[in-house]
Amino acid sequence: MDKKVVFEASNLCINAVRDDGSELPIVKEVNFQVREGEVVALIGESGSGKTTIALSALGYCKPGLKISEGSTLLFDQDLSAMNIEELRQIRGEKVAYLAQSAIATFNPALKINEQVTESAVIHGSKTQPEADSFAKGLYGALDLPDPDNIGTRYPHQVSGGQLQRLMAAMALCGEPSLLVLDEPTTALDVTTQIEVLKAFKKVIRERGAAAIYVTHDLAVVAQIADRIVVLYNGDIQEKGSANAVISKPRHPYTRRLMQAVRPLPAAGKKDKENKQPGNVIEINGVSAGYGGDVTSNPKEVILKDINLQLARGEVLGIIGESGSGKSTLARVIAGLLPSFKGDILLDDQKLQPRLEDRPRSELRKIQFVYQMADTAINPKQTIGNILGRPLEFYLNMYGSKRKDRVLELLEMVELPKEFYTRYPHELSGGQKQRINLARALAAEPEVLLCDEVTSALDSIVGANVIELLRGLRKNLGVSFVFISHDLSTVSAFADTIAVMYKGIIAETGTVHQVLSPPSHPYTDLLISSVPELRVGWLEEADRNIQEAKNKLEQGNLT
Amino acid sequence: MFPILIKKIGAGLLTTLGVSIVIFVGTNLLPGDAAQIRLGQASTEDSLRALREELGLNLPLYQQYFRWLFNFVQGDFGTSLASGNVTIAQLISDRYENTLIVSSLTAMIGVPISVGLGIIAAMFPGTLYDRILTLGSVTLVAAPEFFTATLMVLFVVFFLGIGNAVVVGSIEDKNLVELITHFILPITTLCLVIAAQLIRMTRAAVLNVMSSPYIEMAILKGIPRRRVVMRHALLNAIGPIVNVVAINLAYVVTGVIVIEVYFGYSGLATLIVQGVQTRDYILIQTLGMIFCATYVILMMIADLSSILSNPRLRHPK
Repeated sequence: MDKKVVFEASNLCINAVRDDGSELPIVKEVNFQVREGEVVALIGESGSGKTTIALSALGYCKPGLKISEGSTLLFDQDLSAMNIEELRQIRGEKVAYLAQSAIATFNPALKINEQVTESAVIHGSKTQPEADSFAKGLYGALDLPDPDNIGTRYPHQVSGGQLQRLMAAMALCGEPSLLVLDEPTTALDVTTQIEVLKAFKKVIRERGAAAIYVTHDLAVVAQIADRIVVLYNGDIQEKGSANAVISKPRHPYTRRLMQAVRPLPAAGKKDKENKQPGNVIEINGVSAGYGGDVTSNPKEVILKDINLQLARGEVLGIIGESGSGKSTLARVIAGLLPSFKGDILLDDQKLQPRLEDRPRSELRKIQFVYQMADTAINPKQTIGNILGRPLEFYLNMYGSKRKDRVLELLEMVELPKEFYTRYPHELSGGQKQRINLARALAAEPEVLLCDEVTSALDSIVGANVIELLRGLRKNLGVSFVFISHDLSTVSAFADTIAVMYKGIIAETGTVHQVLSPPSHPYTDLLISSVPELRVGWLEEADRNIQEAKNKLEQGNLT
Repeated sequence: MFPILIKKIGAGLLTTLGVSIVIFVGTNLLPGDAAQIRLGQASTEDSLRALREELGLNLPLYQQYFRWLFNFVQGDFGTSLASGNVTIAQLISDRYENTLIVSSLTAMIGVPISVGLGIIAAMFPGTLYDRILTLGSVTLVAAPEFFTATLMVLFVVFFLGIGNAVVVGSIEDKNLVELITHFILPITTLCLVIAAQLIRMTRAAVLNVMSSPYIEMAILKGIPRRRVVMRHALLNAIGPIVNVVAINLAYVVTGVIVIEVYFGYSGLATLIVQGVQTRDYILIQTLGMIFCATYVILMMIADLSSILSNPRLRHPK
């Protein structure tokens, strides 16, 4: 138990400095230690200060932040007392950082190997040939394909999951004593996440490095952490061993976090009160793709012969990993990407493939809700205008009628009336997503296409949005096409599920049918990849996943 | 990558062709034709008709255009209308050399210094050096060229006592010092004119890249600041920088009328002024085409360099 302390934050306070010089506390009197060979998880929602604390272990504050009190000690050396040059000696050498998005943190203009090895070479701990061969060993240990040559590629030439593991190699190349991992698997599909988690765990154990693991996902934490620090609003709420915190959470906030991790539901307990006769959308033999002549003969076919029905008032969940074509399907239904084969029927009427050819009344009936509210909402417009515009466009509502309806919509998505005059940047992520939803509802649609609407949100906020969707469905009778890569979210909300794999529908049926065996090997893989909230799951799941993968490969061969 | 190359070259050729139509039709809209201008007061109906036939001016316009274009690509630019029987090629060759000397010297001196200053400003944003440089370049952007030129004359000729306020005479048989005093005025003025924009745009391009996550990552990897800028940031900023350089160099070749007139330097820009004064529209056509080709070629080089500096385009998946 008395291993050496690698890192210690003592009474750490970090403030944000506003433009007018006033200071806002971001991190408040945080104390914790990381010992040799130990993984400490910092868990909390966005805005809880977890990334800020993690970066302080590198003696780094994002622009606009500063340490106002307390200290960060790396091997008993005070980082805040060091100058730039002393910090530079430590960074990459004693403590290394892994960021959330490898795609953003790899320099697009430099080859991978140079970026992986440069830190070790510049710090002088390895010569270039030594670093090269060390890196190759790491690529192998991280289960990367073709370890001898992968370093000669540019970042855009490898997949997202591979790049995430290459970033781990970049951090490990200097053989640091402390690793800081900032949500390193959040941007990945479940199936890829498992691979990356396994690789991380392996190298951390083998090399005996200490690690600070930042995440909002308790299920992931349960697999990798020895100790857990729960943060809320810059304060430590609870800390203790992983086992203790997960099996006996003491603080109410930890319990809320745990409730937001939804287990896969026991299927067959769905309420079907809104079921109305007939299909609102029927997709018959639709194929679509990009490049070349999209409407007749695209260069790259993404969707192949899709057949799906969406019953009135129901929720059709579409699940699959990135690249499986699920977002493309939504774009085809919306008319943003015309199909080149097959028909889409809305209320038994054939829809024109191209958005431009559809009459306004049809456009009104199908509304799109995008993943990123930040990019989908015009930042220069007030909420009143954002919600009022579709009212004018589709329903000819003006003046006080328009305003009344906007206020109604705000109420519908459980936001206060005062938001009418606010701008998007004054709202939180979850509130913006509600506005995004209200904007789609303003058109009084029959079908909402929801593309990963909760993926960018923290677990608690995401769970609240799903609750809201459930209520809307009950009260308004809207039908949903609900796209997500998260099987537990989809199965909690949908009536029927379609599993997409490489542009085809691998399996479709009610949630119960899809989740209970026998299912398509790809569905098996998805089901066994959803992390469970208990210590030791990762090792158990490994066998099931391998089995499902083997079946999938055999299935592809035959 | 080859398809992109061919596309770029094709686009350049199409642009040049389009401009050639505009130039040809435009100059034909001017009152009077070559025969009238050449014969001037001495023209009679008969002599006009004869000359028109000789020059092919009685043909339909599109045939005249193709004849002109056909001759042009073979290097036959025609004969000047204003200066007797001098061919346009003779008229241009000296001037072209002059312009080429001044613009390449400006490019060789002004571009590296400006880009370097811009990079240093981006390395230390907000410092005193950065502010002085920003203030200086904003002032230069705002100042009209003749004003900058006047200041240079005041400073170089009257305070330092170097060279003359006009740039005349041949450069043959001159030693290095004499050459420097010969060119110092137009080149320093031109360097100052392009430096203003180059410094600002380079600074902006590098700063823009410096806020990317991969730069933060490089800093967190313990990479020294100099290497972060020179290797990580600069490689990603080449595209926009090269574009600004190309636009400014094209300006140095084609748009320096004020500078050439001010220093009495006989380059291409003063020649086109002459052409307009003497209604020598064959000269105007040729110069227009040369300016257009310079622009297109410089832009093409800029496009190709930004493609070459981007591995996504160099090595598609």
